[in-house]
Formats: sequence, C-alpha cells, structure tokens
Amino acid sequence: MQIWVIQTLNSLSLGGLLFMLASGFALIFGLMRIANLTHGALFMVGAYLAATVSRAGYGLLLAALAATLLVALFGGVVERLILRRLSGNAQGQVLATLGLSFVAADSCLMVWGGDPIPIEAPRIFQMPLRMFGLAFPTYRLFVLAVAIVVAIGLYVLIERTRLGATIRAGVDDMQMARAVGIPASRLFTTVFCLGAGLAGLGGALGGPILNAYPGLDADMLPLALIVVILGGVGSLVGTFISSFIIGFIYTFGIALVPDLAYVILFLPMVVVIAFKPEGLFSRSAT
Amino acid sequence: MNHRREFLQGAAAAGLSLSAPLSARAQASSEPIRLGLMTVKTGPLASGGIDMERALVMFLNEHNNTIAGRKVQLIVADTGGTPANAKSKIQELVELSKIDILTGPLAAYEALAIDDYLKEKRIPTLSVAAAEDMTQRKPNPYFVRATSTSAQCAHALADHCAKTLKYKRMIVIADDIAYGQEMNAGFQRVFEDAGGKIVQKLFPPLTVPDYGSFLAQLKTNVDAIFLGFAGSNGFRFIRQFNEYGLRDKMAIVGGMTALDESVLRNMGDEALGIQTVCWYSAELDNPINAKFAPAFRKAFGYDPGFYAAATFTNGAVLEAALRAVNGRTNDKEALMAALRKVNVPTARGVVKFDDLGNVVGDAYIRKVERKDGRLVNSVIKTYPNVSQFWTYDPKQFLAAPVYSRDYPPAKNLET
Repeated sequence: MQIWVIQTLNSLSLGGLLFMLASGFALIFGLMRIANLTHGALFMVGAYLAATVSRAGYGLLLAALAATLLVALFGGVVERLILRRLSGNAQGQVLATLGLSFVAADSCLMVWGGDPIPIEAPRIFQMPLRMFGLAFPTYRLFVLAVAIVVAIGLYVLIERTRLGATIRAGVDDMQMARAVGIPASRLFTTVFCLGAGLAGLGGALGGPILNAYPGLDADMLPLALIVVILGGVGSLVGTFISSFIIGFIYTFGIALVPDLAYVILFLPMVVVIAFKPEGLFSRSAT
Repeated sequence: MNHRREFLQGAAAAGLSLSAPLSARAQASSEPIRLGLMTVKTGPLASGGIDMERALVMFLNEHNNTIAGRKVQLIVADTGGTPANAKSKIQELVELSKIDILTGPLAAYEALAIDDYLKEKRIPTLSVAAAEDMTQRKPNPYFVRATSTSAQCAHALADHCAKTLKYKRMIVIADDIAYGQEMNAGFQRVFEDAGGKIVQKLFPPLTVPDYGSFLAQLKTNVDAIFLGFAGSNGFRFIRQFNEYGLRDKMAIVGGMTALDESVLRNMGDEALGIQTVCWYSAELDNPINAKFAPAFRKAFGYDPGFYAAATFTNGAVLEAALRAVNGRTNDKEALMAALRKVNVPTARGVVKFDDLGNVVGDAYIRKVERKDGRLVNSVIKTYPNVSQFWTYDPKQFLAAPVYSRDYPPAKNLET
C-alpha cells in the first residue's frame, strides 16, 4: 500500500518537472514549428547556472531566477542570430539546434568540468516529509507546487493577455496573423525567450533532484519530445496532461516491469504517432 | 585518387622493406616508442577520461619521456565514449600514427568494439575496461588488464559484507549494462556462498535521471544495499537515497566506481562512513602512491581516482615490460610475453598477471572519512592477491556462463 502512495507522489512530482521541461518546447514548436533540439541543453545550462549561483551563497530561489533570465537571454540570442536565418527550413533548424546542443554540452564541460555538481535544496525542504509512516522528499512536493503555479501562469498568459492572443493567433494561422498586423518577428523572439527561460527554470528547480552533470541534456530531451508528441502541438493543456501521463507511465512502468521501462515509455508515443499524429489534445486539429 | 593510393601503398611498402633489416639495431636508440592513449575527453564520460590522460602524461614527464632508453611519443585520441568512434579512432592510431602499444579505451563497450581489430593488428594493449570475458572465455593474447574485471573487486567486498560486517540480507542495484550486471552477479555469488541472501536485484537504465521510483521499491527489512554504479550515478543515487529518508533504514556499500575520488570531491557529509571496494585508493600507503597522489593533487587540485590510477599503473607495467625486452617493441610476441610476466610495484600495489592477462593484485576495502577538510577513501582492510576467479577453481569458473543479469540465478529474491 505504502509503495503505491509513494509511487503516485513520485509520478506527480516527475510530471511537474516534465511540464516545466516540455512546456517551453511545446510553446516554441507550436508557434514557430521549430523542433528545438537544444532544449535539453538549455535545461542543463539552467541546472549548472543554478549550481554556480547557489554555491555562491545566494540560495536556490535566487539561483532559479538567475538561471531563468540568463537562459531566456541566451535563447533570444540564438533565435535572432541563428534560427532567424533558417526560417522555413525545417531540416536546417533541426540540424542547427542539434549542433548547438553539442556545442552547449561541451561548453558546459569546459566551464564546469566533467564531475557531477550537487545543488542544495532550500534548507526547509531538505528533511523528508514524514506522515502516516511514509517518508517523501519535501522538495519534490515543492517542485510539483511550482509546476502547477507555472502552469496556471502560462494559462493566464496565453488565454487572458494580449500577448497570449497573438501567440494563439500565430499558432492557429501564421499567415493570417501576419496579415492582420501581428509583429511576427518580435513575437518569435519573445516566445523563444519564454520557452528557453522555462527550460532554464526547469533545470534550476530540477537541479536539487537530478544534480547538474554532463549528459543531463541527453537524458532529458527524449522526455520532452515524448510529452510534446503525446500532448499535441501548440496545446498547453495537452502538454500539462501528457506530462503527468508520462510521469505515471514512467514511474509505474519502472516499478512493475523494470525490464521494459523504456519500451513502455516510448510505446504510447509510437501509438499516438501512428493513429493520432496531431497528438491527444491538439488545439489545431484540422 | 587511385594513383595517390597506389603511390602511398608503394611508399609504405618501400618504407617497410627498407626499415625491416635495420630495425633490430636502429630501433633501440633513435626512433621513439609510439604509445597510443584512447580516452574520452568530451561528453558524459569525460571526467574519467581527462584523468586518464593527465596521469599518463604525469608518468611520462616523471620519466623524462624516456622508457628503457627510448623516447616515448604519446598520441592521444578522444573517442567521445562511443563504440563507433572508438573504431575509427583505433584505425587512425594504428594506421596513421603507427602506434606500437595502446592503453585504454575507457569503457567496456568501446574495448569490445575494437577487440577483434586489436587482435588482427597484434597491438599490445594495456586496458582499463572491465568486461569479464576479455580475460576469461574470449581472451585476447595481446591484452593485459592491471585494474580489475567487473566482479573482481566486488567478490572481495561481498566476502567482507558477509564475514566481517555480518550482513545477512542485502539488495543489489547497478546500471543496466554488462559492467553493472557482471558486478552484481559476482557480488551475489560470493555473498550467497558465504551464507547471505540477496533479496532484491534492481537494474535502473544507465541514463535514468531520477531514481525516485527505484527508491520507492527498496525493501527496508535488509541490512544493506550494494551499489554497482559507474560514473556519476552512484553519487546521484546516494543523494536521492537520503532525500527519501532511507539512510537510517539500511547501510550502503559500493563497488569500485560507486564512490570514486572524482565524485567524492563534490559530496558532503552524506557520503561519510560508506564502505566501498577498489583496487586503488588515493589514500593507499605505498612508496609509489605516497609520491603520486600528493603530486597529482598538487597539480590538479583533487585526488586521483580510478581512471588516473589506471593509466599511471599501466605506465609502470609498461616500463617493467619494456625494460625486460630492452626497449624493443617490434617483436610483439616477446613484448607480450614480457608484459604478462611482470611483477612490479605500482601505485595500486604489486601487479602481476594470470595466464589470461588479468591482474592478480590487492583489493582494498575503503571507508569514506573526512581528512584535512576533504572526503577521502581510507583503506580499512586489504584482500591480498585477489584473482579474477576469487577463490573458485578457474576451470570450473570458466566452464560456467559469464556473469549476467540472470547468472548465477538469484534464489532468494522476495516479492
């Protein structure tokens, strides 16, 4: 019984983390049709930046803020200088972002070295939460809470603000959006910054659980892809739901059939691509 | 293109025919020995790979780049830690750089990928990779390993757990790769033969970022858990283990790469008291290591671990063999015979090899302690002259299947 409760909590907190990882990817992909393969690297850079700032004694929350802003800025630069030149060239964008992810990974190796760097959770979250004879890491519940706050924030941003309206318009029909005077250029940069910043935030807050280590990028990127493919293009709600679906599948898959953990993880993706390629919750299902 | 190739082949043939009669005399003095190092300097395995190069360069510098009267030219290749790259890099080292001797590669799957090629080209290799069968059921006559097979050190730790620590019930967990499976299997065999019970066996994928769902499954009615992790996985597992409040439920013991010096330097009090086994520790008290470890620490600011010690040890083994053949590398059979016959003190202790080219050497039980403000692996017990076959009869050992996920079968698992 206990183990099921803990695995459920595990699934939820992993889902929260996955949402922070994947929502940025989904935003960028939904609006700009760029499969940003640098996303895992951005997540890793976020973790490393958070490690550096928190080691300097500023605490995790400030570190997360710094990581978010710096990674967002980096994303903006990448969009302006590189991806802008490749607009409409899907293959070029995939290759450029893939190449960039290698550059980012080896730059991290040069700056931070090859050893894993631990990131301390804030002191109040360090002791496990003990209740009804169960022990569960408090920090993971905090991550889940932050993910929900981020999700609500994004929802409000997309559904209730002017920026959100332009993003939605762009996702639905870019040509028409341009025609009615939406400044696509600025919108693209803004969304890319936002998506990159979310990856940075995810990396920073995931840091105390995952630690910053070389290879974190490659471990996380497939998870982002699975979530986005399952959730559907351009659908924030879809990304949110599928993050938790994957969180549950992954956690319980490993617990129940450990030998097939990765098969179970990728199987839903294969099924969705085969039978409902636009994703389970796609908003632009045409 | 064709012309060029023919020309090159012609030139190579001419070079061969010219040099062959001269080589016996000329080689000993003028030409440098070309020593290839295959390592990993980029990607997730780079931490250990960079240490391999640093320690080997240090060894050569200490010897003024001269071994047995001949200059040594080091040629380093970075494989990035992938078997495909290892394959193209070894061809480059052998065919372009014309290496005489190879040390490395780092990972077992890289070593396996190039094994046939090394046999075919007859390249004497001082390996670091741990794959059991490379010195067991599928031995390579040009191969020696001065470090350890996957299970060699784990055998000793299992004995220590059963007989000294008196553990009765244990969990084993390791990366789901041959290295982790072989290590767990060896640990289980010796632990159960000594009367213990392995009640749970877990194999997380090598690249799993989060161990949460494995931690939730751990049985808590056990004495201890054995970690067969490599790279940074042991470090990450232990941190998450503490996060889940499991530290007061069971003890942790670890294999030779679970708490390497390279991860210890980034850990805190959570590592204190954990016992691990390895063929080396930076704290080892022998005359060679008493110079090596402080010199390495002074140069790079951290203690040497598994990978640094591996190439430094290989350097000493190579030196002993080259001395025995007076620096002559062109007679490969003589060099291999000399390599396999060494009996040489090194940073890890005395190295000698069995008939299959694997080391028979000391294994150390170590305990994490704080010393001069940093965490170290203090040696608390030495298992002398440990063979890859432990105390089993080599013939019977080799007649059984190689260690794996399911061999030997675990009879005491509880669901």
